Amino acid sequence: MNIVEVRRLSKQFELHILKEKRIQALESIDLDIAEGEIIGLTGKSGSGKSSLMKCLYRTYLSSAGHIFYRTGQGRVIDLASAGDHEIIQLRKTEIRYCSQFLSVIPRVSAVDVVSEPLMPILKDRAIAQEAAKDLLERLGLPKGLWDAYPVTFSGGEQQRINVARAIISRPRLLLIDEPTASLDTRTKDVVIDLIRSLKTAGTSVLCISHDEYVLDRLSDRRLHLQSGRIVHSIQPSL
Amino acid sequence: MSMQQHPWLLRVENLTKIYGEPGPDTLSKTGPSFESNICPDTDSIVACADVSFDLYPGEVLGIVGESGSGKSTVVKLLCFDMEPSVGNAWLRPYMDGAVDMLHVSGQQKRFIRHHLMGVVYQNPRDGLNFRFSSGGNIAEKLIMAGHMHVGRIRERASFLLEKTEVPIRRMDDLPASFSGGMQQRVQIAKAIANHPPLLFLDEVTTGLDVSVQAKVLDLIRELQQELGVAMIVVSHDLSVIRMLTDRTLVMKNGRVVESGLTDQILQDPQHPYTQLLVSSLL
Repeated sequence: MNIVEVRRLSKQFELHILKEKRIQALESIDLDIAEGEIIGLTGKSGSGKSSLMKCLYRTYLSSAGHIFYRTGQGRVIDLASAGDHEIIQLRKTEIRYCSQFLSVIPRVSAVDVVSEPLMPILKDRAIAQEAAKDLLERLGLPKGLWDAYPVTFSGGEQQRINVARAIISRPRLLLIDEPTASLDTRTKDVVIDLIRSLKTAGTSVLCISHDEYVLDRLSDRRLHLQSGRIVHSIQPSL
Repeated sequence: MSMQQHPWLLRVENLTKIYGEPGPDTLSKTGPSFESNICPDTDSIVACADVSFDLYPGEVLGIVGESGSGKSTVVKLLCFDMEPSVGNAWLRPYMDGAVDMLHVSGQQKRFIRHHLMGVVYQNPRDGLNFRFSSGGNIAEKLIMAGHMHVGRIRERASFLLEKTEVPIRRMDDLPASFSGGMQQRVQIAKAIANHPPLLFLDEVTTGLDVSVQAKVLDLIRELQQELGVAMIVVSHDLSVIRMLTDRTLVMKNGRVVESGLTDQILQDPQHPYTQLLVSSLL
């Protein structure tokens, strides 16, 4: 069964402050994501990968088309037109987005940043923090940093926080942008393992990556974007 | 997805405040497309018009806009500091959301204000009584909300001051002797004293030093997470909005020009004014 069915999705930016300049980011995208499927999204920068992801997460408003999402309870919601409150609820319970760069609220410790998405689900800070420490341990973040503020961390350390925060609540749909760009091979393998174990539990993943090593081991299928259109999809021969 | 009949905590419809006598075309001749909130026919001033939104329990809604956009007026109308010209609002804990709270008696409004709302103003002098000590200010709010036991009031006041990091030994001092940041924290302690489900914050960090501002914002965020209180945060500062809110209304010339998820407003603003605002963000 598909968790996501994108139909004729287009995204255009109208920049009023630049003399009504228009930028076509996505054009008539059709895309199905099956339950438990991991799709690798590739393409040059500016090809629309992040725009597609942000339309799915509703950080961007779609200009045309539909994004049908099937909830855990079997309801179908069009993410392109659903009300803000409905989207807020889905973000809390089912859909996680992990951006390329960590952007967190300042003066919050690494453990709290990671455990925060669990809070609305568990409602118990101590248990959520334990789960966060567990993940940070697996991702090899030095213990000394757990109580520190991630703003001061290195790129690789921030990325681990970012990944941990994205997967801790075991979302049904994970949108993840370059999860391994600044990680060493050992940590990459851990991230791949973590995401694959989510898949086993039924999570669907859309993953932007340039890293062949990761795409090979992670994705069930690849989609390639060029100038806002899907140009081909590759099914790896398993 | 909750299938509750009324998921909202606060429902606001067509909230409008006009100063002076409006003419038949006052609303159609003012607003962002005219870059003005002054009626050309009657010189009446449309402080805000047709503001409608739902606020959910525990939700943090931002209202952003420049001075004169009407954002503070919205809050003042909802906490009864001003009377609306037109509009309705229902608060779920009041009569189960069945009675329009903007059109009840003054006594009922005072009840709602004291029991179901907290307000934190930009100027501590608007939210605190400067003739009372910090503890006395909190006691005042508790007494208004029907608490009578002096020992318990004092206990609650010291608990709240501790929570908002105001030194307990200054509980009996007058707010005038406090720093701006500390006055703001006393105001917050007072506003949350009676566990209101709804808190209004009107430019609460404006005018504070950056480091003091950060501490006040941290406090608000912590309280929000701990108490789950719904908030309406009014600010001209998009970084305050970004840090605190889930959803944002953008106002200009008395009207809401755009509303959406806060990350969407910041990353994919639709209205020319919002685009200008976001591009001005440092």
